[in-house]
Amino acid sequence: MYKRFMKLITFLSILITPFLLVNTKALAKTTKVGFVYLTTPGDHGWTYAHEIGKQMVEKEFGNKVKISVVENVPEGPDATRVIRELAKQGNEIIFTTSFGYMEPTLKVAKEFPNVKFEHITGYKRSKNVATGNIRFYEGRYVQGVVAGLMTKTNKIGYIGAYPISEVIMGINAFAQGMRSVNKKATISVIWANTWYDPVKEADAAKVHIAEGADILAQHTDSPAMLQIAEKKGALGFGQSTDMGAFAPKAQLFASINNWGPYYVEKIKQLRNGKWNTGDGPNHWPGNTWGGMSTDMLLLSEFKNMPSDVAAKAKKAHDGIKSGKIKIFAGPLKDNSGKEILASGKELDDGALWGMNYYLDGVTGKVPK
Amino acid sequence: MLIFTPRTIQSNHWVLIGPLISIILTIMIGALIFKMLNYPVTESLYQVFISPFSRVDRIADILVKACPLIIIGIGLIFCFRANIWNIGAEGQFIIGTLCAGSFALLFPENNNHILLLSMFLVGFLGGALWASIPAILKIKLNVNEILVSLMLVYVAMLFIDFIVRGPLRDPMSFGFPLSKPYPDGAIISKINFPGIGYLGQLHYGIISILFLAPFSWFLINRTLPGFQIKVFGSAPKASSFAGFNKNKITLGVLIMSGGMAGLAGVIEVSANMGQLQPEVSFGYGFTAIIVAFLGRLNPYGVIIAGLVIATAKLGADNAQMILGIPKVVTGIFEGILLFFLLAGETIQNYKVSLKRNS
Repeated sequence: MYKRFMKLITFLSILITPFLLVNTKALAKTTKVGFVYLTTPGDHGWTYAHEIGKQMVEKEFGNKVKISVVENVPEGPDATRVIRELAKQGNEIIFTTSFGYMEPTLKVAKEFPNVKFEHITGYKRSKNVATGNIRFYEGRYVQGVVAGLMTKTNKIGYIGAYPISEVIMGINAFAQGMRSVNKKATISVIWANTWYDPVKEADAAKVHIAEGADILAQHTDSPAMLQIAEKKGALGFGQSTDMGAFAPKAQLFASINNWGPYYVEKIKQLRNGKWNTGDGPNHWPGNTWGGMSTDMLLLSEFKNMPSDVAAKAKKAHDGIKSGKIKIFAGPLKDNSGKEILASGKELDDGALWGMNYYLDGVTGKVPK
Repeated sequence: MLIFTPRTIQSNHWVLIGPLISIILTIMIGALIFKMLNYPVTESLYQVFISPFSRVDRIADILVKACPLIIIGIGLIFCFRANIWNIGAEGQFIIGTLCAGSFALLFPENNNHILLLSMFLVGFLGGALWASIPAILKIKLNVNEILVSLMLVYVAMLFIDFIVRGPLRDPMSFGFPLSKPYPDGAIISKINFPGIGYLGQLHYGIISILFLAPFSWFLINRTLPGFQIKVFGSAPKASSFAGFNKNKITLGVLIMSGGMAGLAGVIEVSANMGQLQPEVSFGYGFTAIIVAFLGRLNPYGVIIAGLVIATAKLGADNAQMILGIPKVVTGIFEGILLFFLLAGETIQNYKVSLKRNS
């Protein structure tokens, strides 16, 4: 019996050998680009926005780039392995598109000094690791303007993922936008304690509506909030990508993360031999922290609102884009009345990342 | 109608040939799926099944990926042999990691590996403590351990999330949820092979399996407690006639498997991450249940099963990198493989015959 078994093994090894000799040939003159995704892209939200960015790269460069994507990569040792593998396979630039890939990216970057790494939304970087991030809060200012004009109950329901600086600066930007048109409305925040959980997000939306909110905003990733708004006759804003298809009557507009131009730019730099990590070490958030002015943040079409509101929203958008509107300009007071910033000054980027207070217009306290 | 009659004599050869046939059948079905989806068949099969072995460092990566699965799996053997259903190894892994991590962060300047050794102990105790909750509830109040151990997973997940975002958050992290890095003494280093250097992420933690597997095998097969566990699991009445203490066994096996899960967590995080983060386990505790059964509740079998599952995961990554095959497609393979392996096991233990209903 064991003889036969050994024969079987030998037979199998003969079968297998040709595969082992297959060699992936390097294609000349093309740039190999790697992407690491946190989830499968699906049709909405964070990773889908990156997928659209990747498609822009394909469109721009055609067969001058060869793209490898790995989706569903957990933010632990798997990420290290996948990023290293992408580097080994000759990818010259690798985009790691979630915060949790920061340490894995840095670890692998040390081993491959000639490969360029682009980490999305982190705060640590090195010679060959650049950071890309979007000024998400700019879109939230415009949301605040629209919410302030549209609300009848003067109650805005806001769903936040976690009480971290990025989310808090978004809430405060929303409040600034709202206060610019409406002195009475208030924002109440529910923490979902997740970036993506349709059930929790839907529950939070229901609570907000039950408490009288007629406009909902979210800093979480699923379309669940908008779907609830659609059902209950409330209005709201989409996140990361246009979510109008999920709530055609409820979505006022969505802030769209537009990574494409950034990706295209960085790959161009690489192809020209001019890749660099961005704005310089003193510019805290990095290397690249782009917003409306560089088209990294777009707004979807204004819908479900009267034309005068849409016109004011557009004005707010244009103002931020041109730099005329300064979102966090003094005088700023927190919601207990304490002065944060005197008139005539403006918060710098470092101060934004240190935000641990709510500005006037938001109810409650930041959880410690 | 299919009738399953237990086989009185089981062929020894089939223990080896059964899994082999399952793998071959999986490959054949896989080829069919790739053909239907218009992917290059041979290249796809190569990426999924063979590419994980095509370089030494990739083999090393298999070991790294399998390491936590194997350690948790070995621990679970004790429970499953005793017919105690610990579904919460994921939570025990997390709590073990959290305890050991918090302990390590108490000594920020330490670079002595005694710290690491004490972390093993703390991690084991943490996991064991978490697993003893379902044990005590079962002993005292006859609460179902499946439900309690499972639900404690979610408690553990939320707890580490809270700790990493709150008390243990690195003040330099701009509000992002990460702890401070572990001190040097708490880090398991990568293996530096003379002349070759590092192979992937291969770390010294792997060596622990070489101790844990024989130790567990000995405990189960050559000691009185091991014998008691087996009797208790397969014939509870006989075990009570023999005067074995049911409560002691229940508590013992849960402590053992919870402790091992905690230990796996310490090794995984000390070797690969070097700090605490909201997510430290990525379903290892649940996958390890499959691994334990696939390895037929035998420590050495668990090693092989862990390697098989790890290979499938790595192959799926490679297939997507090179050929753009979505993970969902390669995920089907794991399912098919498990299906055939379990079917093979069933056929091995039972004679299947067809009976027509009149």
